[in-house]
Amino acid sequence: MHISEGVLSGPVFLTGGALAAVGTAVGLKKMDYDRIAQVGILASAFFVASLVHVNIGPSSVHLILNGIVGLMLGWAAFPAILVALTLQAVFFQYGGITALGINTLIMAFPAVVCFYLFGPLIKKKHFIAMAASFACGFFSVLFSAVMLGGALIFTQENLQEVSFLVVMANLPVMIIDGIITAFCVAFLKKVHPEILYGFR
Amino acid sequence: MTLDGIFNVMIYEPFAFGRSWVHSLDPRFRVVFATVYSFTVALLNQFPSLLFALAFSLVLALMARLNVRDVSKRLFVVFLFLLLIWVVLPFTFEGEAVYSFGTLAITKPGLVFSAQITIKSISILLAFMATIATMTTVTLGRALNRLHIPGKLVHLLMITYRYIFVIEQEYQRLWTAIKIRGFRPKTNLHSYKTYAYLIGMLFVRASIRAERVSQAMRCRGFKGRFYSLGSFPPSSRNWVFSALMASVISLLIILEIS
Repeated sequence: MHISEGVLSGPVFLTGGALAAVGTAVGLKKMDYDRIAQVGILASAFFVASLVHVNIGPSSVHLILNGIVGLMLGWAAFPAILVALTLQAVFFQYGGITALGINTLIMAFPAVVCFYLFGPLIKKKHFIAMAASFACGFFSVLFSAVMLGGALIFTQENLQEVSFLVVMANLPVMIIDGIITAFCVAFLKKVHPEILYGFR
Repeated sequence: MTLDGIFNVMIYEPFAFGRSWVHSLDPRFRVVFATVYSFTVALLNQFPSLLFALAFSLVLALMARLNVRDVSKRLFVVFLFLLLIWVVLPFTFEGEAVYSFGTLAITKPGLVFSAQITIKSISILLAFMATIATMTTVTLGRALNRLHIPGKLVHLLMITYRYIFVIEQEYQRLWTAIKIRGFRPKTNLHSYKTYAYLIGMLFVRASIRAERVSQAMRCRGFKGRFYSLGSFPPSSRNWVFSALMASVISLLIILEIS
């Protein structure tokens, strides 16, 4: 999910960029040198995994997975997502330079929020953990879609309908991301729990 | 659609190698001016300045001698998005109607806004392809390092870049294993569970690999700094490029204000 180049007004993408820079600075500060390899290689995995398309009826959606990234990396989700988006721009040119900041913010801020909201809950018993991870996947995409819609409305009041459409169109993605996150976190807890940030 | 289709868009850098004038420029100059230029274009609103930016971006793309097929392939994705914009915005904007049929009306502000977005996005992406995509990611990292972007961030970019290809192969192996066992993606819980475990396994393998890489780096005396060897040789071309970019950017600003 991202905003293309040239859509947003100056104040919106500049503010977004500034906030993303703050988030990235916090993330870098919290990430010591021993963890760079871990964050970097998980960012590569996030890059690859977000290219996966999942069938839904006759169509397919691609996963966002920022919820899981939040659970694994905490604040380091900011630099990780910034780097992944930069590489996406370099490889595919879906985006350029000016929207990089706001797109990082749109993906990474919900990841950090969901980390704080649901991180403690996934340590609980099976059922609560499962529900919390579903919520983590669902709400991280929802927050992203709402932020994206907000950025559009701040650019142009007339974009209200479009913003609403964006949020609605992402509803299936929220559900799929929720389901995938729920099973994925359960899997990670069994197989390699130290990968989740709170578990170390 | 199955997963096979994804990596048909192989991850590679089609513009990175070339012999054009742009390719021979100092990457630091390219990064700085591409950034300033992109932000300037994104802030434009008047059509004279916008059209001038579009023309100049085309010139940049020509100077970089980009492969037309690769460029159009990349712009096609943007065109799909722009098509959506042209279908939706002229109808949803409020304002003076240019043409109306029944309850629907095409409004002037809607058309103007769509046109602005179209020109801006194409100009910015063309300039990006011509200046940034014409260097390898490793060179980009070195340039960012010299431009005093925080070392940790550059280091992270390099590691992520290095391991995307490894992780992609890992992914292909897992996907082959799943297919051999007769998995067919459908819209049901079993499919989603399989995807979840596939992605989970990808993360687990990435994490374990990271542990090994980290240990190997420490064994070789890694102290938390990535030294980038090699330098960017000075050349008068860089100053010609700087003068060109600076005058174009000032001209854009003058056109915009006047």
